[in-house]
Amino acid sequence: MAVAERTAVTLRVLSTCLLPIDREDDVVVVRRKVRAIAQARGFNTFACAAVTTAVSELARNVWVHAKRGQATIEEIAEGDRIGLRVQFRDEGPGIADVDRVLAGGYSTVRSMGLGLSGSRRLVDDFALETIVGKGTVITVVKWKLY
Amino acid sequence: MAGAIPILRAGNTLLTTVHIELHDAIAEAFQGDVLTAIEKNRATGLVIDISALDTVDSYVARILAETGRMAKLMGTQTVLVGMQPEVAATLVRMGFSMEGIRTALNFEDGLAVLGQRLVTIDGGR
Repeated sequence: MAVAERTAVTLRVLSTCLLPIDREDDVVVVRRKVRAIAQARGFNTFACAAVTTAVSELARNVWVHAKRGQATIEEIAEGDRIGLRVQFRDEGPGIADVDRVLAGGYSTVRSMGLGLSGSRRLVDDFALETIVGKGTVITVVKWKLY
Repeated sequence: MAGAIPILRAGNTLLTTVHIELHDAIAEAFQGDVLTAIEKNRATGLVIDISALDTVDSYVARILAETGRMAKLMGTQTVLVGMQPEVAATLVRMGFSMEGIRTALNFEDGLAVLGQRLVTIDGGR
């Protein structure tokens, strides 16, 4: 038993939900879905607000920069803990200066420039892949605190 | 989208509650409505209640702060009231500071900041 516990913990996906981001209203649809799942899974109110806001930023980013894309919302489990993983995928212009964007305060459009840097601070895990002219994939994870 | 968010007048003060999603079209109309109402009513104060918002991302925060700065240019003080604890925590963690806009816990405190007082029908007891 003890030996089994020490082996690598695999990550399981409990549910998957794919939502398009084609209109401004889709930002709200994605955000509401994430909040509903976080609440149903018993995330505390501060964690709910954090993950919902992060998702709102990232969904809006897709809408503003790429005009279309999709969000994949997954409930995940790893050992005893459960979490939410949300991936945003678009085929927009990509991000030329990732470091600058992640530092915050930099914006190419009419915004605060806090979208990426801000959302990164609200989640436990933040991964960004981008190719200029091809698109961007951002994946965030928020674990439930016990 | 004009009029989607009602603006009420009480003396020299305008009161408004943001109760719907502030997407682009509504946000712009809201800012226009507020500025027009300030001029029309010669308002010296503006209270914006956001207690109904459980998510305030940087986009909405920017719209609100911007509205406050626009009102300020017209000589009107803005107080943002009713921010939920989770919203305050989230905005600070994101690195957003509500510069240029005053805040208060609720409507009553917001009016007090503006030097106004709520008077109830029985005389305020």
